[in-house]
Amino acid sequence: MGKFIRLKKGFDINLAGKAALKFGNADHPETCVIKPDDFHGIYMPKVMVKEGDQVKAGTPLFHDKKNEKIVFTAPVSGEVVEIKRGEKRKLIEVKILADKTVESLSFNKYSVSDLSSLSREKAQTQLLESGVWLNLVERPYGIVANPDHTPKSIFISAFDSHPLAPDFSFIYKGNEQYFQAGVDVLKKLTSGAVHVNVHSEKEISPVFSQVKGAELNKFSGPHPSGCVGVQIHHIDPINKGDIVWTINPFGVIQIGKLFLQGIVDASKIVAVAGSEVNEPQYYKTYTGASVKPLLKNNLKQDHVRVIAGNVLTGTAIGKEGHLGFYDQLISVIPEGDYYEFLGWITPSTKKISFQRSFGLLSFLSRGKEAVLDSNTHGEPRAFVQSGVFEKVVPMDVLPTHLIKAIMAEDYDEMEALGIYEVIEEDLALCEFVDVSKHHVQQIVREGIDLLANA
Amino acid sequence: MKFLRNTLDKAKHNFEEGGKYHKYFYVYEALDTFLYSPNTTAGAKGVQVRDAIDLKRLMMTVIIAMTPCLLFGIVNVGHQHFLALGQQATMMDKIMVGLMQVLPIVIVSYTAGGIVEAIFAVFRKHPINEGFLVTGMLIPLVMPPNIPLWQVFVATVFAVLIAKEAFGGTGMNVLNVALTARAFLYFAYPTQISGEVWTYLPEGAKVVAGYSGATPLAIAAETVTSGGNAVTQLSGFGAGWAEGIYSLQNMFIGLMPGSIGETSTLMCLIGAFILWATGSGSWKIIVSVFGGAYAMGLLLNALAVNPFMALPAHYHLVMGGLAFGAVFMATDPVTAAQTETGKWVYGFLIGVFTVLIRVFNPAYPEGIMLAILLMNVFAPLIDYFVVSVNKTRRLKRATV
Repeated sequence: MGKFIRLKKGFDINLAGKAALKFGNADHPETCVIKPDDFHGIYMPKVMVKEGDQVKAGTPLFHDKKNEKIVFTAPVSGEVVEIKRGEKRKLIEVKILADKTVESLSFNKYSVSDLSSLSREKAQTQLLESGVWLNLVERPYGIVANPDHTPKSIFISAFDSHPLAPDFSFIYKGNEQYFQAGVDVLKKLTSGAVHVNVHSEKEISPVFSQVKGAELNKFSGPHPSGCVGVQIHHIDPINKGDIVWTINPFGVIQIGKLFLQGIVDASKIVAVAGSEVNEPQYYKTYTGASVKPLLKNNLKQDHVRVIAGNVLTGTAIGKEGHLGFYDQLISVIPEGDYYEFLGWITPSTKKISFQRSFGLLSFLSRGKEAVLDSNTHGEPRAFVQSGVFEKVVPMDVLPTHLIKAIMAEDYDEMEALGIYEVIEEDLALCEFVDVSKHHVQQIVREGIDLLANA
Repeated sequence: MKFLRNTLDKAKHNFEEGGKYHKYFYVYEALDTFLYSPNTTAGAKGVQVRDAIDLKRLMMTVIIAMTPCLLFGIVNVGHQHFLALGQQATMMDKIMVGLMQVLPIVIVSYTAGGIVEAIFAVFRKHPINEGFLVTGMLIPLVMPPNIPLWQVFVATVFAVLIAKEAFGGTGMNVLNVALTARAFLYFAYPTQISGEVWTYLPEGAKVVAGYSGATPLAIAAETVTSGGNAVTQLSGFGAGWAEGIYSLQNMFIGLMPGSIGETSTLMCLIGAFILWATGSGSWKIIVSVFGGAYAMGLLLNALAVNPFMALPAHYHLVMGGLAFGAVFMATDPVTAAQTETGKWVYGFLIGVFTVLIRVFNPAYPEGIMLAILLMNVFAPLIDYFVVSVNKTRRLKRATV
């Protein structure tokens, strides 16, 4: 039996431009890229292809030098057109000119009944070789799962509470069979349970509600209730030495397809949303695909910020950028590079604020959708502990103290205050509400890296 | 408006890296960000949108919460002045006299603090912090109206320098800056800050018959040696020239001698309401300071061996600067306890110590200042214990 967890703390940023539940038509993406920077815990990627090589979906592009079993594979078939490197020859991305019809390498195919007798070793080998393994993220640290570890449980957050997030029951419709197969494979990898977490007030897709062999937990409350770190904290918290893996439903379905069909299917449905999109809706594309065709003739104006992911944890990629490995959303908001005369005191009902300081009147219209731009609304200042971080973190973690411990690089303190339980996204709201405009997520990542490399 | 922006933009390169006046960059930055919210946008990674709040707005909200106290203080300074002279005066007269006394103090406090702040910003290369907007207003409000301006200046410089900049600037200070200014005067110039300074009286002014400038706390403290009933002494005070000035009701409203902004419990409560409604101050601290003072008052009543100890507990809440301290000083987020549980303990102990110091230490008639400064020092210790509990809970979870 699953648990029911009510969360109170947090904040829903109600943005304008939510994707309508329908599909748009867009051209096939020209290029797809795989970027090592989308993953944490990669020591040094070693490229295994040359420019001009033909690859199929599932062909290895590069692997991690520290752990050669972890292979990064092509999401689509086509020609490797660019291996982009930065300073000190650091690998930035491998770019593939995508074929119109994607061909996959073929992997071992299993029937549903065969799956139950599949051994952990065989399952793991196939996951690693196909690159589908990368969907598994390991806590603590939020790194690519280490195949030598056995997690005490695996968590799947089956809803996304971020602003403009795609509706999972819509984009995964009809994938019952694959999701179930994915869960069956995941069960082989853990010594404990597989948890599927849904939101009690949202429509729960049968893909999740009918899954067998997993714990179905319900959560309620505002964002970050959909962050898997928050969910782990309330159901099976990570103590020192514990290992938990997380995976999003897309990854589970990809695993299911890998074993039932023997293919790497990186096609995914993404939401293109935000106030600056003409028709916010869903599109079919691929992991790492160029966003250009999705935005063509689809923007209200030119001066916009295109974000791969959501507005709290995403990355600004520009109008011709590419999706990241885990992204299922493209948010487009106005760019905010303008001055505002006496903007620090002018009352406004439009600018969203979690707080209610003088002139911040957005709390009067909580239900209304708002247009937010990328302006920082103020300048960086000294750390003032206004106690607001504590109001947006629904965990038994003291965010202010944790962040200070990280800034002081105090390893023992970080550990004692629960750094193993968080990654950037869990504290992203702290960064949003911060009066002093600090880069909280960056600080959290620095702390995690300190401990991970200690 | 365009002109202003253009001027700022034109001047900007002089202050940037390599510019002629690069040293003064943060002075320019202060002016620029005061006039215009900056055009900076979120970085490529991390949050792409930011909450509309910034430190300036937060601090401004606190100042707005203080304005009822300031305005009331101005009227009260004039009111007390004419009361002591035994003259009838119109509201306008009172406001004029009040303004003449209070405005210079406010200006001196802001100027002194602003100079120190700017010098440090230039030499230590840190932004000029908006926290000073609050401190610069708090200092005048805890000064007696008759304070010499040079003392305000010296006290402000001392406080900003020693209490804040020496510790690394805003956010790092251990002691509340405004209270440090007050404490400095208290110990450096004890003769001027105690005695007959609580009412503005020009030199050579003839006071009304029977006039006394004694404050309620001083009267209550006197009963310890002279005996009698503190409540009757208080309500009987002012007979002949200011009937009922220290009645419970009047002390709540605050038309009585005292520091400029702290006499009115009512205005402080309005301020507390603003802080609570805007989420700018911790209501937990405010409530617990009052709670601590009341509880200590009750305890002393139960053990009373002298008239001051027997003073009904609710009198402590309206006398002296308790309300002002609770609402505006104790809630300073930098120097208060930072954990939510810690805030209850911190506030409660401030209340307890305030009453303790008032009743048992004849040398210090008012206890709130020292109580808050003392608890400022202990706030990290309170937090330490609260944080330890959190850590232990995490450790325990691991072993179960």
